[in-house]
Amino acid sequence: MTQHTESKDVQAVNKPGIIRVEGMHKWYGNFHVLKDLNLTIDQGERIVICGPSGSGKSTFIRCINRLEEHQQGRIIVDDVELTDDVRHIDSVRREVGMVFQHFNLFPHLTVLENCCLSPIWVRKTPRREAEACAMEYLERVKIPDQANKYPGQLSGGQQQRVAIARALCMKPKIMLFDEPTSALDPEMIKEVLDVMIELAGSGMTMICVTHEMGFAKTVADRVIFMDGGEIVEEAPPSEFFSNPREARTQQFLQQILQH
Amino acid sequence: MIPPGLTVMLFLQGSFSGRGMKKQTIDSRPTGPKPLYDPRVRALFFQVISLAAVFWVGWVLIDNTLSNMQSRGISTGFGFLGESAGFGIIMHLVPYDATMSYGRTFWVGLTNTLLVSAMGIVTATILGFVIGVARLSSNWLVAKVALVYIEIIRNIPLLLQIFFWYFAVLSNLPSPRQSVEVGGALFLNNRGLYLPGPVLQDGFGLVWGAVVLALVAVVGVRVWAKKRQLATGDIFPTFKVSIALLILLPLVAYFIAGRPLEWDLPALKGFNFGGGITLIPELVALWIALSLYTASFIAEIVRSGILSVSQGQTEASKALGLPNGLTLRLVVIPQAMRVIIPPLTSQYLNLVKNSSLATAIGYPDLVAVFMGTTLNQTGQAVEVVAITMAVYLTISLLISLFMNLYNRAVAIKER
Repeated sequence: MTQHTESKDVQAVNKPGIIRVEGMHKWYGNFHVLKDLNLTIDQGERIVICGPSGSGKSTFIRCINRLEEHQQGRIIVDDVELTDDVRHIDSVRREVGMVFQHFNLFPHLTVLENCCLSPIWVRKTPRREAEACAMEYLERVKIPDQANKYPGQLSGGQQQRVAIARALCMKPKIMLFDEPTSALDPEMIKEVLDVMIELAGSGMTMICVTHEMGFAKTVADRVIFMDGGEIVEEAPPSEFFSNPREARTQQFLQQILQH
Repeated sequence: MIPPGLTVMLFLQGSFSGRGMKKQTIDSRPTGPKPLYDPRVRALFFQVISLAAVFWVGWVLIDNTLSNMQSRGISTGFGFLGESAGFGIIMHLVPYDATMSYGRTFWVGLTNTLLVSAMGIVTATILGFVIGVARLSSNWLVAKVALVYIEIIRNIPLLLQIFFWYFAVLSNLPSPRQSVEVGGALFLNNRGLYLPGPVLQDGFGLVWGAVVLALVAVVGVRVWAKKRQLATGDIFPTFKVSIALLILLPLVAYFIAGRPLEWDLPALKGFNFGGGITLIPELVALWIALSLYTASFIAEIVRSGILSVSQGQTEASKALGLPNGLTLRLVVIPQAMRVIIPPLTSQYLNLVKNSSLATAIGYPDLVAVFMGTTLNQTGQAVEVVAITMAVYLTISLLISLFMNLYNRAVAIKER
């Protein structure tokens, strides 16, 4: 119950510019992966990033919680600038949850232990409280009955829902999704998308790298199209899908919407 | 016409057709394969053949040995173990002199083998883990030093390394009169390493009591800290407090009891040292060589174990806000251990068995004493070899058992 009131409060505040990316560049050796990215995301916004493979979408969202370093420009998350300072990185990671393409659940821990690990060791929550909270989130992703199983005993869709619950247990202000449905069988994609849609409805700030254009249409506030390490186009979904401005966007949409 | 193998097969066909029929009705299969093509019948046939072959070879060997020994007048049996040995052993952990029995030489050899194996396992494990982690260090120099160490040590035969330490290093140390001396208490020369030996005085019981008390307190603190973490979430610095307890309590007791500990310092008496504790050069050379050699293999095992944990695991842990130390402790190491344990077991077994190379430099281990001198003097080859092999087998199986139990505890459950 307390969570609901909390999230409503958060929605009411709706802090502008919870993520600010200013003139950001990244290189892998000599390869210029991300070129001069500028983006401001307000609290409660739902952003979908799409683009052809190799366009730097994943690299970009991995920079937001410093799984990748940027070499030039600034990234400011919830008023904390990401630099080499370990304390800054740790404090940003506590507020930013992430869901990976390949789930990355810890196979030596049960579902419940996966969810409680970080709340117990990082937030220093009492175990009983952490477990109660984890069960609440597992119910929200509709798998409370799997709590004492190991990740290896679950299907892909179930594992991804656990991964979402695990990230939510840290009560993050921002959630990053890195192609969360790309490794799933078609019939499991829906169960994960349902959870994400439900989460979007609760006012969570979300950045999703995904090819699920249906999800983008129903949920996103803005769709960002990236190609060659640049942000090519940025528009609300209604405009983005019906009336794309850039030629490259039109070409991309034509290719993926044909089927 | 019919080859002998086939007759056996035909015989088997007959004896198993009844059971096959029953099975078929249960499975409600229309027709099973003919016995000649039935994999179960074939498997059984080859098992019977190989079992018979093994028994035949074994019987021939035993019969041959027994009849040969009889014709040469060699007595069999274990009676020789009670006879007086009549030879001295340079190092013994159990009381021993030349008047004692051959059976006693067995225990001297066994304890010496266990001593060097245990010392080797401890140092090789510590060194191996350190070098294995160093090999993955992001520091270029540290990683390369570890690489060079591994590639040199593991590619030179162990026997050469034992000779190197014994003949090239330890034998070239100065004679007792010119010993390398540290603070008048520690002496190193070509006869060995001499350390001061503790002599417990009256009242040392208090210190032992304090050690026991400290151990109890550590367990208590751990239980309490875990309970408190479950209840309030606060993480107590258990490790630091435990170390402090273990050092401080006995130290305080030591001073309260009036420092009831004296040191027996080694001193030069005539041509050699007396008093204190002596590590003979044979033991030191064997210990160093076994530790360094096995550590190079353990280092590679540790490296492969850590690398086997996918990058995604580290990333997920970091994304959850766990700092590097906790990521290693809670996520990487528990998963790496399950890859490390089985080959680590093999290395421990290798180390124990390699310790028998002691015989090359004269360290009195089980092989040197019991299978060397005792066998030569008694001529009871079959009995002595059998006992020695059984001992190594037992040690190895015990190590395997404990490691398997540990491995089962850390194994990952799937499906």
